[in-house]
Amino acid sequence: MDDLYREVILDHYKNPMYRGELTPSDFSYEDENPLCGDHIRIDLRVDKDNVVTEAAFNGHGCAISQASTDLLLESIIGKNIEEIKHMEKQDILDLLGIDLGPVRLKCALLPLKVIKAGVYGINFDDEA
Amino acid sequence: MEFNIIKAEFPVLKREIRPGISLTYLDSAATSQKPQKVINAMSQYYENYNANIHRGVHTLAEEATSAYEGARKKIADFIHARKPSEIVFTRNTTESINLIAKSWARTNLQEGDVVILTEMEHHSNLVPWQMLAEEKRVRLEFIPVEINGLLNLDEYKKLLELNPKIVSFMHMSNVLGTINPAKQIIQLAHQAGAIVLVDGAQSVPHIPVDVQEMDVDFLAFSAHKMLGPTGIGALYGKLSLLEEMPPFLGGGDMIRHVKLRSYKSNELPHKFEAGTPAIAEGIGFGVAVDYLNNIGMNNIQEHEQKLAFKLLSRLNDIPGLKVFGPSYEYKGAVASFTFNDIHPHDIAQILDYDGIAVRAGHHCAMPLHEKFGLPATTRASFYLYNDENDIDKLVKGLWKVKKTFNI
Repeated sequence: MDDLYREVILDHYKNPMYRGELTPSDFSYEDENPLCGDHIRIDLRVDKDNVVTEAAFNGHGCAISQASTDLLLESIIGKNIEEIKHMEKQDILDLLGIDLGPVRLKCALLPLKVIKAGVYGINFDDEA
Repeated sequence: MEFNIIKAEFPVLKREIRPGISLTYLDSAATSQKPQKVINAMSQYYENYNANIHRGVHTLAEEATSAYEGARKKIADFIHARKPSEIVFTRNTTESINLIAKSWARTNLQEGDVVILTEMEHHSNLVPWQMLAEEKRVRLEFIPVEINGLLNLDEYKKLLELNPKIVSFMHMSNVLGTINPAKQIIQLAHQAGAIVLVDGAQSVPHIPVDVQEMDVDFLAFSAHKMLGPTGIGALYGKLSLLEEMPPFLGGGDMIRHVKLRSYKSNELPHKFEAGTPAIAEGIGFGVAVDYLNNIGMNNIQEHEQKLAFKLLSRLNDIPGLKVFGPSYEYKGAVASFTFNDIHPHDIAQILDYDGIAVRAGHHCAMPLHEKFGLPATTRASFYLYNDENDIDKLVKGLWKVKKTFNI
């Protein structure tokens, strides 16, 4: 059970690689988990083919939500926006390498929720 | 009173969370555990005399009605109400407060009227008033909380000059543990011509509460925080006020007479109890009150005061740990704290490895956390079945948290 606080998670929590802001950005979105107060903002930049070239996040929260965000951003650099739209819960759990109960799952999935809201939002604007 | 034998009467407290790891339950401010007697009373109802109440004339219906109404009498006596009809059964404290906002306040308040609340309120005593403010354009004012966790009564006295119609406040804070000077707050409100609603969700389970001595107009509380089941709570109201109020929900049981286009309300307290209520839960609520009476609320208060003193002194010994709220004389056995900058969710998770159940978050008091500049805290809350061993386990667990985060 102590696996939840594996070295890799504590490491990404304490020394995140992608903490920061991108201004201007192509995709930006923020959201929170009202149950525990985790708050995350994610900024992305993409090239002309909609491939992510830069990513950054800001916010506060528990070790799980923050590490999950950092790992997620690391994993999407070089990915096309369309691929990101298809990412799922299991992709996040694979990144973290742990199993989570229903409460902590919300912490881990917050960055995915933010990023999906961000990319779908932009897509919607494009269509409009 | 031998508090060490009480634990054995709560089945869940015997549980192992994992092999060899027993449960240390420190989340009673969220909900209390239930003694075997309460669980049995509810099963007994379903096994022996399950029937709807107030209508049937058959044996089961009579037995069920008398058990349910018997519970109402026990609850009335427990808080020293004058009559059982001053006790309205609701789902919980939240519904009791909503009943006052939607029935009494909606009828008696006009645009511009002032409602006084406090900055330490649970969302259940904020949102119903915000909804009323949107609907009726009443004005909400808040008694400030000082950094020491106590209400600023000088500011309260100034607010009373606005001639408020109602003052509504929590007797005991679910976050800070602060026990507010209810009698004084009520007396001042009455002098200013306001009526008073007290949120007793945390106080009624832990300290003796006497509605006549306090002279409170309305008191809201929940069974599940005082050894009873979820799904049932109570609203105490002075008879004269309850009588004037319009019904809250409409339907069966709350009526005396119905025509196609009109109805006549039933007498108190049934006027406010539409539809089939939580019968088993009501009966369980009564047995929970018997259990508390048997031990004695004075004994419970004394036991918890000792725990609060030890808890605070032990926690204050841990470097980097900061407990919010007043010193132990002014509070119940509740400690909400931060621990360096470790997120409360992480603290709660690591404590759970050792079977220690605490709460992490804003505890339904976001404005209070905002006031103290905190997104969240970790809360350990105690009840009559807790003892010093539980404090030892908590402290040991917190040192483990420190080690995990290497701080």
